[in-house]
Order: sequence, then C-alpha cells, then structure tokens
Amino acid sequence: MDALLKVDRCTIRFGGLTAVSNFDMSIGNRELVGLIGPNGAGKTTVFNMITGVYQPTEGQIFLSGDRLNGLKPFNITAKGIARTFQNIRLFASLTVFDNVRAAFNLHLKHGPLHALTRGPKFKREEADIGAQAMDLLKIFNLDRFRDVMCKNLPYGDQRRLEIVRALATKPRMLLLDEPAAGMNPTEKGALMTLIEFIQEKFDISVLLVEHDMRVVMGICKRIYVLDYGITIAEGPPDEIRRNPKVIQAYLGE
Amino acid sequence: MSRARTILGIFLLFLFLFALTGERPFASHLAYYYDILINIGINVILAVSLNLVNGYTGQFSLGHAGFMAVGAYAAGSWSEHLSPGLVNFLAGSNGVLTFVLQPFPFLQPFAFPTAVADNLALIVATMFGGLLAALAGLAVGIPSLRLRGDYLAIVTLGFGEIIRTLILNIDFLGAARGMSVTGRYTNMFWTFGFAAVAIYVVLGLVNSTYGRGFLTVRDDEVAAEAMGINTTKYKVIAFVVGAFFAGTAGSLFAHYAGFLTPEGFNFFKSVDVVVMVILGGMGSTTGVILAAALLTILPEVLRALAHTDFVPAAQKAIEGVIPIHLPPLQGLLENRLILYSLLLIIMMLTRPQGLFGDLAGSRKRVTSSASK
Repeated sequence: MDALLKVDRCTIRFGGLTAVSNFDMSIGNRELVGLIGPNGAGKTTVFNMITGVYQPTEGQIFLSGDRLNGLKPFNITAKGIARTFQNIRLFASLTVFDNVRAAFNLHLKHGPLHALTRGPKFKREEADIGAQAMDLLKIFNLDRFRDVMCKNLPYGDQRRLEIVRALATKPRMLLLDEPAAGMNPTEKGALMTLIEFIQEKFDISVLLVEHDMRVVMGICKRIYVLDYGITIAEGPPDEIRRNPKVIQAYLGE
Repeated sequence: MSRARTILGIFLLFLFLFALTGERPFASHLAYYYDILINIGINVILAVSLNLVNGYTGQFSLGHAGFMAVGAYAAGSWSEHLSPGLVNFLAGSNGVLTFVLQPFPFLQPFAFPTAVADNLALIVATMFGGLLAALAGLAVGIPSLRLRGDYLAIVTLGFGEIIRTLILNIDFLGAARGMSVTGRYTNMFWTFGFAAVAIYVVLGLVNSTYGRGFLTVRDDEVAAEAMGINTTKYKVIAFVVGAFFAGTAGSLFAHYAGFLTPEGFNFFKSVDVVVMVILGGMGSTTGVILAAALLTILPEVLRALAHTDFVPAAQKAIEGVIPIHLPPLQGLLENRLILYSLLLIIMMLTRPQGLFGDLAGSRKRVTSSASK
C-alpha cells in the first residue's frame, strides 16, 4: 500500500518519561483510521508529534515521502496535514466567517503590499476566499452564523467550525482530536455521519483520536490501540473488539 | 464608484490640511494651540502604531519610546549633519540642479525654492528616522519575540532603557546636554499626513486575509500555527511596522521641538503611549486615535483648570466642611500621572474593552465596506 502518512518507529521522551515508544503507523490515501487508548496512553502526544508541536526523539515521519521531522507546525499544515484540538481553540475575537477566512492565509498569493494598495489582484483573491469560505460554511450548515462571534456559538457548532477551519487549509489529511468529547448520543451519531461525509466529500484521509468506542468502532476501517505509549494492537474494528490485550488495557485484569 | 469617492475624500482631506499648513505661528497667541494640535498628531502616530503590536497582535511592548528615540535622533542628526551638504550639493547655487536647469531659464523658478526644500528635507529625514527605527525593531524583534507576555514586556522595557542610556553616552548625539535640531520643518500638514498614513497602513493590513494573521496570533498562537500561519513572521512584521511609525513620530517631534534630550524618551513616555492604547481599547484604531487626542488635551485642560480661582476656593470650602488637610488640589490637577492612573483604574473597572469598546464593531464595518 502506498502510504500517505508514514510514522516510522517514533519515540518521544520528556526527560525520563517515555511518552510514546517505537510508534509505527501508516495511513493510506482516503483511509479513515482510529487511534484509541486509555487516558494518558499518548494519543495526543502522537498527534502533537505528527503536527510538529513536539519533535520525536527518535524515528521519522513522512507525508507522501516528504520527511516532516524538524518542520514547524505551520510548515506541516502547508504540506497538507490539518488538525482540530481536544479543547476547542477557535480565534475567539473573530467572527465565524473570519475564522474560516483566516485559515486561507496559508495559500495566499498576495503579500502585505497588495493588502495596502488594494489592487485588482488583491480584490479578486479576497472575493475568491470569501466565496470559498462561504461554500465551506454552507456545506456544514454554518452559513447562517456568518457574522456571529465564534465564542457565542453553541458548543457543537464550535466543534464543527473547528473542522471547517481545518478543511479551509485544503489538507490531504485531517487529524481530529476527540471530536466527540462532551457530546450527547444524538450529537455523536450526527458526528459519525459527518466524519464519513467529510472523508468522501473532500477525498482525504482522516485520523481520529477518540475515547468513545461507539464512534470509533462505527466508522473507522482500521484502529491502532495505544497503552502506556506502546502500540498493543492494530487492525479492523472487529478484531480490536475481541483482542484480549485491548480488553485488558481498558477493563483491567 | 466607491473608489472614486474615496479618492475624492482623501483629496478634500489633503486640501483641508493644506489650508491648515500655512506658516507656523512662532510667537502669536495661536502658537499654543498649534503646539497642542501637532502633539496630538504625533501621539496619534505613536498610539496607532503601538496598537498594531499591543492591540492587534497581542504582544505587549513597553519600548515604544525607545523606537521613537531612535527615529528622533537619527532624523535629527540627518538634518543637522548629513542633509545640509546634500541639499547644497543638489540645490545650492553651485549644485547639480542649478547646473541641470541652466540651459532652461524658464525652469529656474523650480530650482528648489526654500519652502519646497524644507518640506523635502523633512520627508527625507522622517523616512530615514523611520527606517532606522524599523531596523532597530527588527534587531530587537527577532531574538525577543519568542518570549511571551510579561517576559516580552520586560525585554522591550530594557531595550528602551538601553537606547536612552546609549544616547546619554554618545557625545555625537549631544549626550546629556541634548541635541538641537535647527531645521524646524514640522508643520500641521506633514504631521497629520503621516498620521493618516499610519492609520491607513494599520487598518489596511489588519482588514485583509493577510492581516487576519495578526489577529490569530493574538487570539491563539498554537491554533494559528496549526492553521499554517507563521506566527513569528507576523510578530516581527508587527514589531517592525510599529517601530517604523514610532521612528517617524520621533522625527516629526525632533523637527518640531528643535531640541532633543534622552530624558524625553524615558520609560514614562512608553507608558504614556501604552495608556493611550489601553484607554482606546486594544485593537480598536478609532478608539486609540480618540484616546491619543484626549490624553494630549487633558493635561492642558487640567493645567488651565488648576490655575483658576475656583480650585483653591473649592479646596478651602471642602476643608471647611471636613476638618482634614487635603493634598493641594492644584498640584493634583497638574500632575497627569496621578490622573492617568485613576483614569486607568476606572476604565478597567467599568469598560475593560476601551473607550470604543467592542473589538469587532470598529473592524467589521471596515471589512464589509472593503469587501464590496
């Protein structure tokens, strides 16, 4: 399989603590993969490692063959990996519309001087960005909140806006960090449909970190299980469900 | 259509400012008011440019007076030492321009009349001051902008003090004796012209997809990075642009006051500007302009008030009712620092968002008109 994202035996240590050890992962094009594990297993650390917030102590990460080690987070986003956050991190003082438009910054062809002269090139690009942002908002049914300050949105909509904002960077791969956290069962059901829809509509790979078994088992084609920084299982949901190591990690002996 | 109207508006504004220009009233009763207006213009430049750093980008800088000092002394020495020779070389009686224009007698009147030369000298000096200040901004910004919050504030504060101490020890710049700038070219037109440019640049930057980067840095650096925004680059740009305009304000001040001392650019000058930004509301250009004007006029009004008969009479009346000795009210009114602190406390308690309040309000209007 030709991997889009390849994590090659990555280890990350904070002082004496090994948060993740010898982590291998390979995600193909248009794959929907889950990453689960008990609290403190190192899921978010893996996320932060892939997105450049932390650098792996050992090992390498590739995105379609490009090495990502040593790159800053914004470089990695430019290469095509977008993410959301476990605790919502929207730009609180911006409107919904501006939050999405801010994410287009990355692909901007004009610079500060164009912004000052306001020439035709600038106007065309701004109009284009505005239209694209509106299209995205419409897909997710958030266009009616266009001029609302994002901090005033309902919680579920904030979560979806974060996903919209991540998609605005035009990623090849989307990393979702516990998108179902704090949602009720109905919202979780809607979220599952949404994630599958995003994967198909935008034709991207999705890596999902999640606590909620129902969500992960329901939509992921393949699942990695972490415990104490070590991969204890990998496979399709049915296998994972029956894996004794996984049951032990979650339920104890 | 709207573009044509904008151009017409700018044109009319400039016409109005030209009307204001005239001769600088050196020794008339108008001189005092002229002085206040010029100071308002200079403070608007300072406050609006600091607002890009402290307000829109969320990096707390306490070194604006340092950048202003760099601009003032650079522009001052340019006018004192470098420019006269250059002007003479270009426009003197044996200068290049005279030589070039010699075969065309009808062009002779254009051979740099004094008024043109003065204005030109001011622009060149101001650009020079601004550029040197921007360089200083770059030099300070690149190493220190990985710091956040309080730490950045301390570093910029240190920078301001270093600049002041350096000037104090450089004999070429007059050290503690101060430096006189003979060419007092600054007039209303250029002061408000540069203020308009500063406002335009800050608003133009912020109201664009490019400039939304500044706001995302302020709101959440981690999320901004994750959205592909190079936060360090944005911080440095904000710092450099802010420093540039602080430098131009310094130059305008130098060519207005005609005399510079290192003490004029101490920590309290930085605090003055920070107070304007906070009072106006971080990230609200309209509010900051208003605050800059208000805080320039306020000490003058209070001073005038302190010297009326009313104040000592009021003090006597109060002390007659309650048997305690109040601190002299006159001195209180004359000391703007006490009032600034009071004003800030009251503002923070009642309107923490600043005079004009709501961050988005002032911005959204501009954004929607720009996207039409």
